[in-house]
Amino acid sequence: MTADAAGAPGAIGTAASDRGAERAAASDRGAERAAASDGRLARFDRVERAVHWVNAVLILVLVFTGAALYLEPLGQAVGRRALVQDVHVYCGLALPLPLVLALAGPWGRALRADLRRFNRWSRSDRLWLRAVFSQRGQRRALRGQLATGKFNAGQKLNAAWTAGVALVLLATGIVMRWYHPWPLSWRTGATFVHDWSALAVGVVVVGHVFMALADRDALASMFTGRISREWAARHARAWLDERD
Amino acid sequence: MAMPETEPTPAGDDRGAPVGRRVVLGLLGLGAIGVVTGSSIQGGLDAVLTPVQQIDPTGLTGLLPGAYFRYYTVTDGYPSVTDSAYRLVVDGLVDRRLDLTLDDLQLLPPRELVRAFQCVTGWRVPGVRWKGVLLSNLLDQAGVQPRAKALRFRSFDGVYTESLTLDEARRDDVIVAYSLDDRPLSQAHGGPVRLYVAPMYGYKSIKWLSAIDVVSSVEPGYWETVGNYDVEAWVGRSNGRNDPAT
Repeated sequence: MTADAAGAPGAIGTAASDRGAERAAASDRGAERAAASDGRLARFDRVERAVHWVNAVLILVLVFTGAALYLEPLGQAVGRRALVQDVHVYCGLALPLPLVLALAGPWGRALRADLRRFNRWSRSDRLWLRAVFSQRGQRRALRGQLATGKFNAGQKLNAAWTAGVALVLLATGIVMRWYHPWPLSWRTGATFVHDWSALAVGVVVVGHVFMALADRDALASMFTGRISREWAARHARAWLDERD
Repeated sequence: MAMPETEPTPAGDDRGAPVGRRVVLGLLGLGAIGVVTGSSIQGGLDAVLTPVQQIDPTGLTGLLPGAYFRYYTVTDGYPSVTDSAYRLVVDGLVDRRLDLTLDDLQLLPPRELVRAFQCVTGWRVPGVRWKGVLLSNLLDQAGVQPRAKALRFRSFDGVYTESLTLDEARRDDVIVAYSLDDRPLSQAHGGPVRLYVAPMYGYKSIKWLSAIDVVSSVEPGYWETVGNYDVEAWVGRSNGRNDPAT
């Protein structure tokens, strides 16, 4: 995932002054204490939440401007094609910035730790994935053996997919926008890859939003940063065990 | 994803194979393969999707990338003019300057072509029904002078230009088109009137055609200048492409 404006201000703000960084750290410690006192777990820190929401805004803008460039009736209705194209291109170029800025300093500690979790796959993750494709009875048996960590295999796949496809869209978008240096067949191929990847991203984004709306606790934790122990016991048992 | 040793390690689930990194690298590899081979893959997909799209009553398959028109414009939107205000001027090295309305064009003997539209960027729409007037017919009416060698086309978008030699322009598959698939040419398609040069890549078929200047030498058009495209844009024999003829 990637983004620009909102994640950046947060990250830049903390980078800008040590006092700001101390305040942020103090507030995170405050959040930890608050979390401890009401029994809730800290799931995402402020930097992670900021990166998530800036990415969300950038990706929505990219989806809508992309659709306007791509679907003729929508493009006609929106008009201002050159402006729409510029907005799409610059939002696309900005997409990596929030993540890069968030990872660039000490404020990215929690994000780095979560990226490590996303990267590594345990035996439970493989079982989780197998359970998704199993029949009901076998699925229950498989789920019984699971010790899912902070993120399940689906979330890990979504994170890796998003990072990979964002880079692919960035690279092919650059070939499409600055087409002079490339062979003509590459321009065609870049258009082909960009179109189909964007379509897949659209499907996954819709799925992501529906799943977030179906799990209001998880969604709320992307605003507050905290999640209940009951939720963790149901969805991330190994993470809960590791915290205790 | 290499992290400094000093980072705290989340206990428990930071072990195991780095599948996330493999997925990211795999996607990058697939993307690179797609860029290099995409133009032929898209061709194969179009062969499958086009028949489906033509019978799909919902139009949903039309949302898939593939064999349909993509609408390009080099200005900020699609230029528009009403049918009654539209004029096509044929001028330059001619005996009689022509100033034609849409009605004038539609009263001339029509020429119909059912041919593919092939874009130089790879997409192709097969079996498009074009209707218009033979360009050679307009040239005959205007009376081309002996020292004329080429045509220069201008669009009422104020930016786009194209060119043809006189020999190319006199072919029987080069028309000034006002109808596409039995409907008046839409604004996005370059209506009310565009050029359709059947044997050449789409960029020769200038949209929103407003003027034809008969001139003494070929002057490269918009994409031939800005995009380094070939001036002689024969489908399958130019721009380093080998598409089948339209």
